[in-house]
Amino acid sequence: MINGIMVFAGKKLIRLAALLASVSIITFALVAMSPIDPVQSYIGADVMRVGAEQRQEIAAYWGLDRPFPERFIKWTSALLQGDMGTSMIYREPVTHVIAERFMHSALLMAFAWLLSGVIGFIAGVAAAMRKDSWLDRLIKSYCYTLASTPSFWIGLLLMMIFAVWLGWLPVGMGVPAGVLAENVTWADRLRHMVMPVLTLSVVGIAPIALHTRQKLIDVMDSDFILFAKARGERGLGLLLRHGLRNIALPAITLQFASFGELFGGAVLAEQVFSYPGLGQATVEAGLRGDVPLLMGLVLCSTLFVFTGNALADYFYRMVDPRLRYRKEERA
Amino acid sequence: MPLLEVNKLSISFVQYVKGSVQQRITVVDELDFAINEGEIVAVVGASGSGKSLLAHAIMGILPKNVETTGSILYGGELLDEKLLRRHRGREIALVPQSISFLDPLMRVGKQLHTRADGEVQDKERDSLFERFQLGKHVARLFPFQLSGGMARKVLVSTAALGRTRLIIADEPTPGMHPDDVAEALGRFKQLAEGGCAVLFITHDIEAALRIADKVAVFYAGEAIELAAADDFKGQGERLRHPYTKALWRALPQNGFEPITGTQPARSSDVQGCLFAARCSSYAEDCKTKRPESREVRGGMVRCLHAT
Repeated sequence: MINGIMVFAGKKLIRLAALLASVSIITFALVAMSPIDPVQSYIGADVMRVGAEQRQEIAAYWGLDRPFPERFIKWTSALLQGDMGTSMIYREPVTHVIAERFMHSALLMAFAWLLSGVIGFIAGVAAAMRKDSWLDRLIKSYCYTLASTPSFWIGLLLMMIFAVWLGWLPVGMGVPAGVLAENVTWADRLRHMVMPVLTLSVVGIAPIALHTRQKLIDVMDSDFILFAKARGERGLGLLLRHGLRNIALPAITLQFASFGELFGGAVLAEQVFSYPGLGQATVEAGLRGDVPLLMGLVLCSTLFVFTGNALADYFYRMVDPRLRYRKEERA
Repeated sequence: MPLLEVNKLSISFVQYVKGSVQQRITVVDELDFAINEGEIVAVVGASGSGKSLLAHAIMGILPKNVETTGSILYGGELLDEKLLRRHRGREIALVPQSISFLDPLMRVGKQLHTRADGEVQDKERDSLFERFQLGKHVARLFPFQLSGGMARKVLVSTAALGRTRLIIADEPTPGMHPDDVAEALGRFKQLAEGGCAVLFITHDIEAALRIADKVAVFYAGEAIELAAADDFKGQGERLRHPYTKALWRALPQNGFEPITGTQPARSSDVQGCLFAARCSSYAEDCKTKRPESREVRGGMVRCLHAT
């Protein structure tokens, strides 16, 4: 068992290294080809007061005048020593920016992830168990509507209702404005998190509910459920004993593979709510040509998505013995 | 009074053909038979003749879009959902036909046990495992790890046989080693001697004849003959229906004469005898007149010309 985990982890680590290397090269190349001039976006409004010579000095200071491969190799060697460079827009080491932002985003995404997973799974099971009832139709129409709705639009809608009309929740940001950092309470943070979390999870429910529903319907039609019924099992007991484990696979796939979508959704949701998370930082870094920060964020999100997929792979093997043992193997 | 009595049982389902045009497909047509306690009735027929559906109809586990007419009586009482809830998995046990009837993600040992079970049933299954020479490790395996023969034995062991009064065995023997077939048949025989009624569904006539008292032959959803096991003798002179005779003569030891053609698919617009196209004693009226079941020489037959 322990041996199996080590082999599994070893294989995954090799893949991760290859993935990170190729993502770095591609991102670096894309940034180098992008029309955004980092010097230009760094200077910003001061464009009239900065001459061509000063620009060149700034470019030289950052090493932007060096050829692309040289810059990449320099960045890589620094990265391997644990130095991700300094963010140009925040004037702080990239690691600090990401760590701080990650705290905000991680909490936001964790809440949204749990909520959408749990609610989606329960809704899917409920719909399948009461197939073709009004409950099923309600859940299905909710899912179809939400699956075809962009998350930023939901965000705007929630903002209109809860922040503007009802005034129950703050319009945006991670903490109240005009309050000293040490006076910000957890209640404040949570209040600011409610709407982004809702936005993300409301959209995330649909796929997991629909897949769970369909899978459970298929499972309930299968021979082994038929036989379990013939042996006197029924209702909730039947579902718990034979249903849940068999529908867990697609739910796990979706839930862990959704790390990527979650991150993508967070970019939009955070932008709408001016929430100071990783997503917002990514948009900023991209728009203003902050290469070190962008690279750091890309690597972070790659790691994040990869972890999600690796976890899904691992849980498969836990849930389904067919992936764990071969035919002739004796447990 | 027979333990199980099936009266005019028809099983059909409605299918959509081309958009909204409905077609009713009859898979079992006006079936009558009865099993007494201590009796083994074999249901013999080719694949697709409706045998498994009969088993599922008795267990009350047919899909929702399936309609049944006629009645099934158990111990003289109408075997409805209420009665089934009391007896399913207890007095009435189904031995399913393939490993796909076991939960793929659950260890075999855990599946054998149902909620209605006590220690007695567990012990009984343990002793069945021993009889079938299934090692203790088999209980720790998952269904996909079983070989074909092992799977059959496990499926037979799912019926906790002591408390069972009616066993419906749906193809329980194919794929088993001949010794194990003998063992399984022996178990069924022994159970019948103890007062249990057994409905033995199979396409293996030889296995059926080794233990059955009566044999019902299915053809395209109809029971075309119900004969005593003793009628299967010699060249089949005592058999009534041409199909049964042909089946009997197709066995290697009885001449090995194959019969041409295939079993027709059922749809609502069948006229005349379903076997007419392949029949050796075909006459003109077979094409137009539907044979009703009638009694001939102490057995039942569905043929216009049987004597």
